[in-house]
Amino acid sequence: MKNTYIYILFYLGFSLVSCNKDIVEINENYQALDPVNLDLKAGDWKPFFAGVSTDYPLPAPEAVNSPAYQKELSELKTITTSLTNEQKEVINYWKAGSVLRWNEIMRELVAKHNLPPYQNSDGTYPAPSAANPFSYPIFPFSNPPYAARAYAYLSIAQYDALIMAWKFKAQYNRPAPYKVDGGIQVSIPKSDLPSYPSEDAVISGATFELMKLLFPADIAYVTRKAEEEKNYRLWSGANVKSDIVAGDSLGRWVARKVVQQARADGMGAAGGNAAIWKQLEDDCKARGETPWMSLEAPARPPMLCLFGNVKPVLFAPSLISSLRAMPPPSVNSDKMRAEIEEILKFTQNPTKENTRIVNFWADGVGTYTPPGHWNAIGTEEFVKSKMSEVRWARNYALLNAAMMDAAIVCWNTKFFYFNPRPSQLRPAIKTLTGVPNFPAYTSGHSTFSGAAAAILGYLVPGKSAQFDAMALEASNSRMYGGIHYRSDCEQGLIAGRKIGNIAVDRAKMDGGN
Amino acid sequence: MKNFYGKFILRMIFLIFSSIPLFSNAQTDQDALMMGHRNLCVAGMGGYSSWTNYWEGEFKRDNENIGRLSTTYGMLMLNYGLSNNLNILASLPYVSTRASKGTLAGFNGLQDLGFYLKWRPLRKQLGKQKISVFGVGSFTAPSNDYDIDMQPMAIGLGGKVLSARIIFDVQRNKFFSTVSAGYMHRSNVELDRSAYFTDRQINSNEVRMPDAGNFQLRTGYRGKKLIAEAFLLNTTTFGGFDIRKNDMPFVSNKMNSNSAGLEAKYYLNNALGFNATMAHTLSGRNVGQSTGYSAGFLYTINVKSKASQTKTP
Repeated sequence: MKNTYIYILFYLGFSLVSCNKDIVEINENYQALDPVNLDLKAGDWKPFFAGVSTDYPLPAPEAVNSPAYQKELSELKTITTSLTNEQKEVINYWKAGSVLRWNEIMRELVAKHNLPPYQNSDGTYPAPSAANPFSYPIFPFSNPPYAARAYAYLSIAQYDALIMAWKFKAQYNRPAPYKVDGGIQVSIPKSDLPSYPSEDAVISGATFELMKLLFPADIAYVTRKAEEEKNYRLWSGANVKSDIVAGDSLGRWVARKVVQQARADGMGAAGGNAAIWKQLEDDCKARGETPWMSLEAPARPPMLCLFGNVKPVLFAPSLISSLRAMPPPSVNSDKMRAEIEEILKFTQNPTKENTRIVNFWADGVGTYTPPGHWNAIGTEEFVKSKMSEVRWARNYALLNAAMMDAAIVCWNTKFFYFNPRPSQLRPAIKTLTGVPNFPAYTSGHSTFSGAAAAILGYLVPGKSAQFDAMALEASNSRMYGGIHYRSDCEQGLIAGRKIGNIAVDRAKMDGGN
Repeated sequence: MKNFYGKFILRMIFLIFSSIPLFSNAQTDQDALMMGHRNLCVAGMGGYSSWTNYWEGEFKRDNENIGRLSTTYGMLMLNYGLSNNLNILASLPYVSTRASKGTLAGFNGLQDLGFYLKWRPLRKQLGKQKISVFGVGSFTAPSNDYDIDMQPMAIGLGGKVLSARIIFDVQRNKFFSTVSAGYMHRSNVELDRSAYFTDRQINSNEVRMPDAGNFQLRTGYRGKKLIAEAFLLNTTTFGGFDIRKNDMPFVSNKMNSNSAGLEAKYYLNNALGFNATMAHTLSGRNVGQSTGYSAGFLYTINVKSKASQTKTP
C-alpha cells in the first residue's frame, strides 16, 4: 500500500519533470549556406565607405596550372581527407554562413557588455575607457546607442569588403579548388562562385579590424573565432590558402576605411560632461518644462547625452533636426496629465499578456539591446531566403544602418527636449521593467522598431505587415512597462519609419535589386 | 536582482517547510514528525522576510534602487495520515513582493502547488535513544504562469521541482536532533523572450535550471506541548552562474545560502497548535541576506477515533 503511493508519486514526478535538460537553440540547426543566386554582379553594388576596388592593391592570383597553386591543391587534399571530429564541428558551425555567425557573435558580445558600471564609493560612476579596456568598468558599456552603432559599422564593413571581394572575384575568376581537382573532399555545398579572394576570409579580416575598435577586451575570443572561420574554408575544401590570405588582407583594408569613419563620427565625445548635463537641465527649465532627472540612486549621468551629434551613415547630419519629432506635450498640459494617468493604469493592472509583451521586448541590461533583437528577428527570416554572403551582408548593413541612424535621431530628440520619465512626474507609477537612464521623449524602442520594420519589410517581401505589428507591440511594451508615455511611443515609431524609409531608398538604388 | 528572488523562493520554501513547521502533529516534508492514521492537519501560516544586502556572486552589496526587498506570504497546508507511517501533504503559498526604493513594481500571486509523500520506514528504540528514519518525495509546480523574468521582484522561479529527502532523527528523553538531506531536481523553465545571457548568449526561451541540494541540522526540546528547536540550513545549487557585476539576477543563478533559525510549536490541546519561526541568512551567493519571520496555526481533525491520534517522532 505504502509502496504503491510512493511509486505513483515518483512515476508522476518523473513524467512531469523531464530529466533531459538539453536546450535546442534557435540557431543550432541552420542549413549550410547554399545560395539560390550567387549575385555575381555584386561587385557593382554601392558600398558605404569602401570607395572603389582600385584603392586596394590585391595581387592577381597564381594561375590554376602554376606549381604554387598545384602545391596548395595537394595540401588541401591532405587536409580535407583527414578531418578530426573537432574540425567537422567547426565546419558544421560556420557552414551556415560567416556573416550570419558573426552577427550572432556580435549579439553575444553586446549582451555580455551591456552592463551599467557599478558606482564608486563616493556615489560617482566610473566610465569605461577604450584606452584601458580590460580594467573595470570593462570597455565598452554596450548600451543601445553603442550597440546600434557597433552592429552598423560591423555590418557595413562586411558589406563593403564583400562588394570589393565580388569585384575581384569577377575580375580574376579563379574557380573553386574542387572545380580544378576532383580529388578534394568537399564538406559543404559546391558553388560556381569564383574563389579568389575567399569571401569568408574577407569577412574574417574585416570583422577582426572592427572588433578591435568595438570590443577590444574580447579580442582574444574574436581572434580565435576569426581563425576558426578561415580554417573552416580550408577544412571544408572550399578555398586554398592563397584565397584565404588574399581575402583576409582585403577585408582588413576595407575595414580600416570604416574604422576611420567610426573614429571620426563624434562617438568619442558622446558621453558629454557635467557642464553639458547642467546646460540641458537649465535649457529645459528656461522653456518652462520640468527637466529629466536620473531615477537611479546614486543619480547616474544621462546615457550618452551627445550621441545625437554622431554622424549618421545614411544621410547628412544636417537632416537630423528635420527628422526630430515635434515637441512633446508640455508637462503641465491636460494631454500630458491624461497620458500619465494612462501609464499609471497600465502598471496598476498589468494583464498577463501585457507582462509577456513587456518581457519579450524589454531588451534591457545584460541583453543584446533592441537593435540586437531586431537582428535576431531579421535573421530568422533571412535564413529562409538562401542568400549569398554579400546579400546577407547587405541586408544586415541596411538594417543596422537604419537602426544606428534611428539611435542618433532618437538621442538627439531625447536630449533636445530632456523630458522626464513617467515615474519622475508621478512616483506612484511603479515599473514592470527597468527605467532607462535617459530622457523619455521619444522612445528608443519605438524609433528602433519603426526603422527596423520599415527596412525589413522591404528586404523580406510579404512580411511587411508582420514586422509593422511587431514594431507596434515593441513600442506599446514601453507604455505597458510604465516607462514611456503614448506620445513618446507614437512619435518614436513615426521618426523610426522615416529613417527606415531612407534605408529603403538607398536599397532601391544600391544595385542590389 | 532576479536572483534574489529566486533565493527567496528557495528560502521561502525552506522557511515554509523547515522552519515553519507549524505543525504540531504532523508536519512538513522536512521535520521528523508524522500525522497519525486518518488524521488531517490543516495549517495556515503567514510570513515576512526581507533583505537589504545581497550577494552578487560573492560580492556583498546593497542597492539603493531596491532598498529593502520584502516578501510577504501566506500558505495553506494539508497533511493527512494515510497510516501512522505514511503521510500525504499538499501546500499552496500566496506570495507578494515589494521594494522599498526605486521604481520597480512588486508582484503578487499564488505560487507553487506542492505535493509530498512522507514515509517512516524505521522507528526503533535503541537503549535510551529513539531512532526514526524518514523518506520524503515531493513534487511542486507553478499553480499559474506567473512572471519569472523580473527577478528579484518575481514571486518565484517558475519551474517544476521533483525532490527526495532523507531525514534521520534521534531523540533521547525530551531532546532530539534531526539531520536531513534533500535533492531537488528542477525542470527547465521558459522565459517570455527568445534569448538571454548567462555566461554566454543562449538563443532560446528555455532556461536550463540547475539542480540543488538542501541540508539541515535541527536540535532542541520536544515535549508533549512544546517543541522548541534551533536549526541550520544549507542550500547548494549544483551548477548555475553568478550574477555579473551590476547585472540583474536570473532564474538559473547559482543560489547558495547558509541560514540559522529558531522555531517553536506549542499545542494547546490535541487539536490546536501554534508555531513561530525566525531565520536569518548567514552567508550566501546570488541571494539576499534575508531575515524572516513566520507564524501559523495548525488544526488537527481526527477523521477516525481519538485514540488513534499519534504525535510521534
